[in-house]
Amino acid sequence: MLWETVRLAFTAIIRNVLRSFLTVLGVVIGVAAVIAMVTVGQGSSVQVSSNVESLGTNVLVLRSGARMMGPGTRDTAPAFKLSDVEALRELTVLSAVAPVVSTSETAVYGNTNRATSITGTTAAYLDIGGWEIARGRSFTTLEDKSGANVCIIGETVRTALFGATDPTGETIRVKTISCEVIGLLVAKGAGSFGQDQDDIILMPVRTVQRRLIGDQDVASVSMKLASGVSSDRGISEIETLMRERRRIAIGEDDNFSVTDMKEIASMLGSINAVLTGLLSSVAAVSLLVGGIGIMNIMLVSVTERTREIGIRLAVGAQAGQVLMQFLVEAVVLSVIGGVIGILTGLGLAYVASGFMSIPFSPSVSVVALAFFFSAVVGVVFGYFPARAAARLDPIEALRHQ
Amino acid sequence: MSAPLIELRGITRTYGEGEAMVRALDGVDLIIREGEFVAIMGPSGSGKSTAMNIIGCLDRPSDGHYLFNGVEVATLDQDQRALLRRNYLGFVFQGFNLLARTTALENVELPLIYKGQPRAERVARAGAALMRVGLEGREDHAPSQLSGGQQQRVAIARALVGEPMVMLADEPTGNLDTKRSVEIMELLRQLNRDEGLTIVMVTHEEDMAAYASRLVVFTDGRVVRDEPVTEGAA
Ligand SMILES: Nc1ncnc2c1ncn2[C@@H]1O[C@H](COP(=O)(O)OP(=O)(O)O)[C@@H](O)[C@H]1O
Ligand SMILES: [Mg+2]
Repeated sequence: MLWETVRLAFTAIIRNVLRSFLTVLGVVIGVAAVIAMVTVGQGSSVQVSSNVESLGTNVLVLRSGARMMGPGTRDTAPAFKLSDVEALRELTVLSAVAPVVSTSETAVYGNTNRATSITGTTAAYLDIGGWEIARGRSFTTLEDKSGANVCIIGETVRTALFGATDPTGETIRVKTISCEVIGLLVAKGAGSFGQDQDDIILMPVRTVQRRLIGDQDVASVSMKLASGVSSDRGISEIETLMRERRRIAIGEDDNFSVTDMKEIASMLGSINAVLTGLLSSVAAVSLLVGGIGIMNIMLVSVTERTREIGIRLAVGAQAGQVLMQFLVEAVVLSVIGGVIGILTGLGLAYVASGFMSIPFSPSVSVVALAFFFSAVVGVVFGYFPARAAARLDPIEALRHQ
Repeated sequence: MSAPLIELRGITRTYGEGEAMVRALDGVDLIIREGEFVAIMGPSGSGKSTAMNIIGCLDRPSDGHYLFNGVEVATLDQDQRALLRRNYLGFVFQGFNLLARTTALENVELPLIYKGQPRAERVARAGAALMRVGLEGREDHAPSQLSGGQQQRVAIARALVGEPMVMLADEPTGNLDTKRSVEIMELLRQLNRDEGLTIVMVTHEEDMAAYASRLVVFTDGRVVRDEPVTEGAA
């Protein structure tokens, strides 16, 4: 008898293609929207937390110019020199200090080339930035000091210049320098702002200063706090030292800034929370709209079908049998809509994640929740009006126009 | 004389309340025995349909007793009345009341689905019922592809397929032209004579009533005449 009821439901669904389609559409829209948005939201959360890790923990960055100043102001503040880096290295609150100078150049290997960003620094930079060597080695102290023509390349640069082959020991040309590839970095993937962190070449700071930029300036200094040192204490010691070295009188403002990377991490985290909240509310609205759609179709359908219910009652159907038919119909439609909705939602989320270069991270609980909600709406609004109709005397149901 | 199959005693049916109350039936007494072919006539609004709906268990009286085969119907609950309709009653409506976009065969199958018969048996019986009403070859036609007369035959087949004790027909020829009407009446008379099916039929045409064996006339919700039909009228 149940099988018979299911068969009846399918017959009714096929007989009323448009109505069935609209009901299914309501479920599809609700489920797909929620799944797509929440999956994208979660992907970006995952992204942010992995970014926070890749920023490195306990990392401080020293830059020239005061914080929060308009454009141009920064230029008037003097740049750092390597002697500043040496002085910072003396601070016991810091466990690692690395100068950073950056420029953009085209790297050439054979007849392939790649425009990339060049960072001049020291071996300490790898420790501070949480970089690991996949192949080869890091800079030696001698190479750091002397400004040797060696480099460590990121995965993107490796792929562009060498394909899948081992780049270590090969020589690439950057502007006038021929430098030997001594190491390959483990890929980090996209950064906090979607930039490709692996599109990079690291060289000793002196090499970049002398051969590529042509001055002695150090744009910024990356530092790692010694274990057990609070960032407040680290920042205040750095500030004291730099004010002294830069001869800033008491009462005068700093012409440099120290940024705690944790602040950036928490800022990114809160931006992401707002974004996720926004997506979730849009998703909730979609679910509601989908639900109202289903509700409408079901209500109209039962009104339309009151005569049909009357006919079935007149030939001897019991109210329970008619109801069971409507219930099965609603369940079948909701399941069809739910499955299509889940697939559509996951598909959309997958494509969107690709575009936004964030991880695709579907969640079973969200899929289950969206599906459950639509199914409940479908069943409830299919069931209750049908129950009212099935309880009528057949003649009343038949009189219904 | 056989035992009463349908017995109405003081049946009253009112619509509305107070000032606006309408007495559609006002104390109807009527006994119908197995094998009878009863025609019900009367002016429009005299309560014929109301009486038929009550006899067919599609509606409930406001007052009075209705015994079907000796059982008091008023004490039955909704599901038991459904069983009564399913097993003993076949109803034919003036407006056919077929399921739209549903083939003739499926329409006729409908009562058997609720009887829980297996599909193969249903198809066989529905096919046989359609053949009895002269619709072989039209099994796969939807109502919209059939003429009014053919639709009413499908409805008659649906009423017959469950092998009821009584067939109730409320103006079965009301929407049909004379030629189709005569065909339907011939069919009903044949079912009554050859198979002993008890038939109660409402009509407003003398010519159609002439096919019956007994004539009951309603006026203002009461039975005002009840007499055998003189043979040879049709
Ligand atoms: N659903 C209803 N609501 C109110 N009055 C009704 C309803 N059905 C029938 N009536 C009234 O009951 C009376 C009898 O109607 P009915 O049995 O349909 O008459 P007939 O079939 O003899 O033309 C009429 O006065 C009609 O207006
Ligand atoms: Mg009538």
